[in-house]
Amino acid sequence: MFEYIIKRFLFAVPILIGVNLITFALFFMVNTPEDMARAQLGAKQTTPEMIQSWKVENGYDKPLFFNTDATGLDKVQQTLFVQESLKLFAFDFGQSDSGRQISADIQERMGPSLSIALPTFIIGLVTNISLALLIVLFRGSRLDTVTMMVAVAIMSISGLFYIIAGQVLFSKVWHWVPISGYTEGWEGVKFLILPIFIGVFAGIGAGMRWYRSIFLEEMSKDYVRTAKAKGLTDIKVLFGHVLHNGMLPILTGVVVIIPTLFMGSLIMESFFGIPGLGSYTIDAINAQDFGIVKAMVFLGSVLYIIGLILTDISYTFFDPRVKLS
Amino acid sequence: MTNYFYVLPVRNEFFKSLLTLLMGLMLVSHLSLVLAGNWNNPYTEEQVASSTLFSSFSQSPKHLDPVVSYSSNEWAILSQVYEPPLQYHYLKRPYTLEPLTLQKMPNIRYLDKNHTPVSSDSPDLVFTEYLFTLKQGIQFHLHPAFVKDSSGAFLYHQLNAQDVDDIKSVMDFEQQATRELLAADYVYALKRMALRQNHSPVLDAMKQYIVGLDEFSKQVSEQYQTELNAQNKRTQTHFFDLNSFDIKGVQVVDKYRYKVLIKGTYPQFLYWLTMNFFAPIPWEAVAFYKQSILVEKNITLDTSPVGTGPYQLVENNPNKRMRLLANEHYRLEQYPSEGLVEGADPKLLLDAGKPLPFVKEVIYSLEKESVPLWNKFLQGYYDASGVSSDSFDQAVSVSSTGNMSLTPEMQEKGIQFLNIVQPTIMYFGFNMADPVIGGYSEKQQKLRQALSIAINFEEYISIFLNGRGEPAQGPIPPGIFGYTEGESGINRVIFDWKAGRLQRKSIDVAKQLLAEAGYPNGIGKDGKPLTLHYDTAATGPDSQSILNWYRKQFALLGIELVIRATDYNRFQDKVRKAKVQMFSWGWNADYPDPENFLFLLNGANATIHTNGSGINSANYDNPEFNRLFQQMKTMENTPERLEIIQKMLNIAQEDAPWAWGYYPKALSLYHSWQHNVWPNPLANNTIKYRRIDAVERVEKQTLWNPPVMWPFVVVLLLIVASIYPLISAYRQRQTAVISNKQDKV
Repeated sequence: MFEYIIKRFLFAVPILIGVNLITFALFFMVNTPEDMARAQLGAKQTTPEMIQSWKVENGYDKPLFFNTDATGLDKVQQTLFVQESLKLFAFDFGQSDSGRQISADIQERMGPSLSIALPTFIIGLVTNISLALLIVLFRGSRLDTVTMMVAVAIMSISGLFYIIAGQVLFSKVWHWVPISGYTEGWEGVKFLILPIFIGVFAGIGAGMRWYRSIFLEEMSKDYVRTAKAKGLTDIKVLFGHVLHNGMLPILTGVVVIIPTLFMGSLIMESFFGIPGLGSYTIDAINAQDFGIVKAMVFLGSVLYIIGLILTDISYTFFDPRVKLS
Repeated sequence: MTNYFYVLPVRNEFFKSLLTLLMGLMLVSHLSLVLAGNWNNPYTEEQVASSTLFSSFSQSPKHLDPVVSYSSNEWAILSQVYEPPLQYHYLKRPYTLEPLTLQKMPNIRYLDKNHTPVSSDSPDLVFTEYLFTLKQGIQFHLHPAFVKDSSGAFLYHQLNAQDVDDIKSVMDFEQQATRELLAADYVYALKRMALRQNHSPVLDAMKQYIVGLDEFSKQVSEQYQTELNAQNKRTQTHFFDLNSFDIKGVQVVDKYRYKVLIKGTYPQFLYWLTMNFFAPIPWEAVAFYKQSILVEKNITLDTSPVGTGPYQLVENNPNKRMRLLANEHYRLEQYPSEGLVEGADPKLLLDAGKPLPFVKEVIYSLEKESVPLWNKFLQGYYDASGVSSDSFDQAVSVSSTGNMSLTPEMQEKGIQFLNIVQPTIMYFGFNMADPVIGGYSEKQQKLRQALSIAINFEEYISIFLNGRGEPAQGPIPPGIFGYTEGESGINRVIFDWKAGRLQRKSIDVAKQLLAEAGYPNGIGKDGKPLTLHYDTAATGPDSQSILNWYRKQFALLGIELVIRATDYNRFQDKVRKAKVQMFSWGWNADYPDPENFLFLLNGANATIHTNGSGINSANYDNPEFNRLFQQMKTMENTPERLEIIQKMLNIAQEDAPWAWGYYPKALSLYHSWQHNVWPNPLANNTIKYRRIDAVERVEKQTLWNPPVMWPFVVVLLLIVASIYPLISAYRQRQTAVISNKQDKV
């Protein structure tokens, strides 16, 4: 397995180079270094001297992919792409175009993002699987039909609606929790209750339907019929056999998400005032801060690749037939 | 029978459990009510009950270095921390300058080329000398940069990784010290501004006026760059000692006095001295913050300011919260005891003569969305709020005459209301360099005049701004010298004065002007409708209604308007290169002088004449206007100056390089427990004047936010009640399957 993991990480290198290449090309297709300088320096009183000085200071005076003024290998090395990409592979994210250290910012924002994303993920997963099993238990009944209709209704409504309605109902009308805000430690729990509840609730429709379809497929298999023939109750069949065998397709979709939980949720964090990573990239794109954009795209790609590798590894725990080689 | 046998006990147990749960729930909710106070309170009870001001910010401040920062959201915080030499009087109108850290207003001398004093109107005048005398005993905030060990060396200027293991901000250093503010700190700030690598946005503007600043800037910037290259360092981590260099026109006279020499005369220089660019910087702090070990933790002068102001920034998380604490060592500065304008609330003078600041702590929380911001204001958790379009109808009612007042809901809460015209103009510009819409011939003038009448900004203000604006008559907004109210101040090209009110000329007048311009009914010589192009960066769905409205206004004249929407970068680029026909833009006053608005139309500032760096985006270049501008720009606010401004306005109104647009109004709401609120859009250091009645705030917050418990009980009951039918259904299902199978067998 160790060899397999090493191999997968090595395969990741060209993928990350490709992702970087596309990020650089797309970003500079839309923004010129002059635009970036103006965005950082402000619209008032900006002179060509200031722009040039800013470009030199931030390394944007170098060509993007090919330096015609250099000689030999420097033609490629003395370019923005190579200089910045190399640092990324050493996980040196450097500083944002506004001068802040990106690594420090990411570390600071990761905690708040996780404080919402992790409970929402775990509670959501448990809730969705439990409800799906419950519905499978009553498959074909009126409860099944009604629940599926409700699930479709929940799926059809925008997440934004749940956020605003939740804030109005639970905070403004019933005064149960603060509308928005964040504090570290146990005192901060009151700020997390509502976003986590809304996050779980908004995901129930899609999650429940997906897990239900997985479990229903399992229910139609021979081993379930055999278990029932042996006299096992539905609950024992579901929790003892169907849930275990249904984990493989569930893992495919779930484990890959785990590392990316660090990246946070844009809308949720924005509305609830959570100082996480959710809006970090979007804010950087709006501010034309390439330092942050390239770092976050790179980090996102790395986390996604780690998620895929973890998924493969997790298969071996639930299906002994799977061997990584 | 079999079913009843096992169902009945379950039912009894079920109801017993339900009853127990309900009782427990009621007990818990009762206890919670008694113990916890307001559940939805986002702050601690101590904070709410203390003299703390709760405010918000929607955009994270990027820079808190005073020589770099030039955004209103940054200045809202920075101006409480740093103290430039001058400030605007809080209450007086028109805007009046007064000393802040100075003993008195600067001494001004006019000098000839030999530095011999001459009169202000002397033809030999070459320089103006400003002499600043500081108040004595002003102390910087407590800061680790000032701490010295027993040998006199700085304790924290040579930090290693272990020293800063547990350090997250400058407040975490065990020892803090201060020192007295000196004239040299102001001079040092000017030197920092001159260092090109610091990217001060006003360096190039100041180079034109301060003697020797240009040469100094070149010298130190080159030397700094040489050192950076040689040591392969970045500006953040390399301290460059500016103390060993001097600016020719800036001189430290003694401990408390310094001089600045200006080329010629530039009266507006005094207004610049209210801005943070000119605030003092202790060199020790700069040296301290250049340590790479601190830079890695985002502890820099750009994130952790050190000033002499009434507040110290003790927490800076631009993604969450900014927290200011009152400076315990602040000198005696008193609330003003005069200057209240006619019609203002006399309660504004109740605190006259009392020491500042009143508020002991200010907490700014990040609120990116308007919905939670507004709701928290209504709950009493923000002390003040603006009024967004979404909440306008809930907050403000507009009478048929256009007067605004609070809705009964707001009045019931005791909310107060301020409504002022900002020193800002939002204009609709014509590119005067464009062959169709530009030009100075009579026909081209009439085309623009016709369009200026057709673009009905009163309607625009009513539809898109909820009445929050005034139609502009020229580039100078109300409150600035040169703006004339009433009939004598109207733009007679576009408006008439009828029955004591401003009235836009009819669309027939516009059609007549259009015909005289060579486009009868909007048809050109080629027999086709005139097509004009409007460039905009407004690409979102919300902007479509505004763009459609523009199309409709142009269609009134038979002109086809083509919208060229693009991203903001491209839009700026097109304006800079004069590749637009029409566009919308705005200007916010730097200082309350007509020069700061009229220079937007000065030919020397045209973008096409300045390689895109000028601020005259309409490329207006009328020689007579330019001549009068040069004459007016350095004059004092005298009747002669007013006369010249009036001439300039008449010229511009006839030429119509802009459709003038509107002056926006700012609406702000604040709770009854906040006192001494008075709008001063040019002053940013106004928090020190505010006072909070924390007792009233706690009372009202408690009254407005009692937890409502019945839904909690209902939801729990529903959950509990649903368990029994589920269990019952499951058992029935199990037995049903068995009996079916038995039947089949």
